[in-house]
Amino acid sequence: MDAVMNAAPLWVVILVKSAVLLLVVVTTFAYAMLFERKILAWMQLRPGPNRVGPWGLLQPAADAAKLILKEDLTPKTADPLIYRLAPFISLLTAFSVYAIIPFGASADGSAWAIGNVNAGILFVMAIASLGIYGISLGGWASGSKFPLLGSVRSTAQMISYELSMSLSFVGVLILAGTTSLDGIVNAQQRWWFLLPQFVGFVIYVITAVAETNRTPFDLVEAETELVGGFHTEYSGLRFGLFFIAEYVNMLTVACIATLLFLGGWNAPFGLGMVPGIVWFIAKVACFMFFYIWLRGTLPRFRYDRLMAFGWKVLLPIATLNLIATAVWVAYWGK
Amino acid sequence: MNPYGPVAIYLCVALAAALLFTFLPGLLGRGKPNPQKQEAYECGVEPTSAVAGRFPVRFYLIAMLFVVFDVEAASLYPWAVQMHALRAFGLIEMVVFVIVIAIGYAYVWKKGGLEWR
Amino acid sequence: MTMTTPLTPEIVSHEGNSMVLSMGPQHPSTHGVLQLMLEIEGETVAKIDAEIGYLHTGIEKSAENLFWSQAQTVIERMDYLAPESNALCYVLACEKLLGITGEIPERANQIRVLFGELTRLASHCVWLGTHAIDIGAITVFFHCFDLRENILDLQEAAGGARMHPNYMRIGGVNGDLPAGFLDKLDALIEKFPKLMRDLRGLLQANPIFQDRTIDVGILPAEEAVRWSVTGPALRASGIAYDVRKAFPYCGYDQYTFDVPTRTEGDAYARFLVRLDEMEESMRIVAQVRKRLDVPGPVMTSNPKVAAPPKETIALSMEALIHHFKIVSEGFRVPPGDVYHAVESPRGELGYYIVSDGGNRPYRVRTRPPSLYNLQALRGIAPGNFIADLVVMIGSLDPVFGEVDR
Repeated sequence: MDAVMNAAPLWVVILVKSAVLLLVVVTTFAYAMLFERKILAWMQLRPGPNRVGPWGLLQPAADAAKLILKEDLTPKTADPLIYRLAPFISLLTAFSVYAIIPFGASADGSAWAIGNVNAGILFVMAIASLGIYGISLGGWASGSKFPLLGSVRSTAQMISYELSMSLSFVGVLILAGTTSLDGIVNAQQRWWFLLPQFVGFVIYVITAVAETNRTPFDLVEAETELVGGFHTEYSGLRFGLFFIAEYVNMLTVACIATLLFLGGWNAPFGLGMVPGIVWFIAKVACFMFFYIWLRGTLPRFRYDRLMAFGWKVLLPIATLNLIATAVWVAYWGK
Repeated sequence: MNPYGPVAIYLCVALAAALLFTFLPGLLGRGKPNPQKQEAYECGVEPTSAVAGRFPVRFYLIAMLFVVFDVEAASLYPWAVQMHALRAFGLIEMVVFVIVIAIGYAYVWKKGGLEWR
Repeated sequence: MTMTTPLTPEIVSHEGNSMVLSMGPQHPSTHGVLQLMLEIEGETVAKIDAEIGYLHTGIEKSAENLFWSQAQTVIERMDYLAPESNALCYVLACEKLLGITGEIPERANQIRVLFGELTRLASHCVWLGTHAIDIGAITVFFHCFDLRENILDLQEAAGGARMHPNYMRIGGVNGDLPAGFLDKLDALIEKFPKLMRDLRGLLQANPIFQDRTIDVGILPAEEAVRWSVTGPALRASGIAYDVRKAFPYCGYDQYTFDVPTRTEGDAYARFLVRLDEMEESMRIVAQVRKRLDVPGPVMTSNPKVAAPPKETIALSMEALIHHFKIVSEGFRVPPGDVYHAVESPRGELGYYIVSDGGNRPYRVRTRPPSLYNLQALRGIAPGNFIADLVVMIGSLDPVFGEVDR
């Protein structure tokens, strides 16, 4: 294997790695969805998917086949180009973040990532901001009222919460002194940033749930108010693309939380004999479970309360948190 | 290789995958359109009116506020990374910066820019 | 209230930023097929106009073509979440017209009270589950249906069908409770407090839920009376009107229970009143349960309305002929008209029945509480968000089988 790797040009190796990573991301999405349906089912006194394959394990494949083969409808009032472009943008931005996310590190300290760039956090923020376009354009281009309301809501919601999210990162950056993701993980070898940046972590979790449009911040979809929100008009695989993007974004957010606050692939309690990648996956899985737990428990916010909460509560707290961190580093930092 | 080289290659692969998914329904989905199906959804009735092109100005206000505060956040990033080196000087600089922003924030709040009713 | 012109796209001016939106009939949270024409500014509702009739099934008209006892089967389908309340009310009205109210055996009345309360519980379970889903809490729904399932099992055991058991009869109920029924009932009474604790725990103290319901859709007492609102929605506005207390029927005066009221009149108050009502219903069920140990007849012996028992048919020619007559052409009801009301889960459910002396009702007019409660929406909705509108509809708990009939 190594011989082949060495013989092939570097770009081919990276190409193969990228394809494999994407495949892993899509598969993880599929099983994250099954995981969610199973966990929710158990919280709700029902068995969940259990017909397709043993224990419902082939359910994602069946869903994919169904979505691909469904009729592709475009409302006649829609803007055909933008209508088709929107899910594409959502999906592409969701996939793109994985270019720089490190999943573990070799013994020599080099991170396992496609591209280990020094502006990691900035890259994540830049790409994540683009994701809004998919949702707002999709709702607007549908030429229908419920999607329009949904997309206006979503644009307002996502940009508002993005602010607090970017401020919640600043505390971590102050402590780590770098924006590269593996640098941040290495800075957490003794203490996870969860402890010194607990406030930042809470703000991050809240904004992350809001950014991915999940309960209790799922106003964008809010099926009992806006039917399907921005994707009301989408059917078949085009709806599926938004769906994939949503779940891939959830995974991204869980990965970022793991890298920035939960120590990345660092083992807790000195349990170093278990490989780092296992810890990484376990932490991401815990975060995903938390997401599902929220969905099984909480009702939905109302739009005005959501905006007020983001602007009047989270933003000031995030700012105070970063000042407090700066003061701490200025006087007691090493 | 520049670390952004692999990122570019990955983005190409992602682009290819996204394009594939985007064109797949056109290739495999059965298309049997009819006028009723192509009607925009409005809870089962014929659309009552055209979608309004205008929306309350409130939403544009949010976009404006976002630009201001996001620039604030973006300027904090390089400062944050250098905090260990800058120490008290950096702290004072940043506090002054945040106070300026906070005055703007207080003004917006007082003017009712953060009310959503 | 003056009648306003209905909202149609043509007459709504497009000045400002308003847009006409049809919410329903096919919308996830209009609880069936309500259509609301909304004029919205951003997400705020400026004007609202309700369109009903999508679920019109002609039940009142169908009843005119059926025997007195057959009409009950279609009437039960009006409020499909509380079928026993409909059947009970119709049966009581017919008995009043026949003048046999006093002849109903004690045990029949007890069983009627039992099912009247069980059906209220089952209906409130559906209300709570769907109301919670409207607000975005999905888990509550399944726990509510778990509780409802127990009640449907009891209905099935007694009447043979889960949703529409058709167990009430003019003159009593259809057969005694089956063997094993009381054990199932005991089991339900025993586990009810824990189920109720779970349901309350999921929502009552949840800050998001409170935020969504407190001060939403405030219906002041005078306003509620003016719109003829009854049931939990009225009691949440501070008026303790309950047909079971005001005009007791089926011996409700023999049971101790409270009428829960609140004064706030908002969606949260309606939520609390209904939850308290569920507990009061169970209190009544527990009292009925104690009396059910004493056996007794469950059908009047009046040969005019009750077919002779099966055993006698094989022995007596007269009984056979009598049975044949009752089954093939029903019984006749003396001419006259009557109004009778019961407390259905949604409020005062009444039947105004006219007889021309024939074997079929001349006219069956329903007073469906949902219809009158729904009217209040026009008073409380304008000026609120679409999201609040969904909470208001849920808190008024309309059932469209009953509104549209």
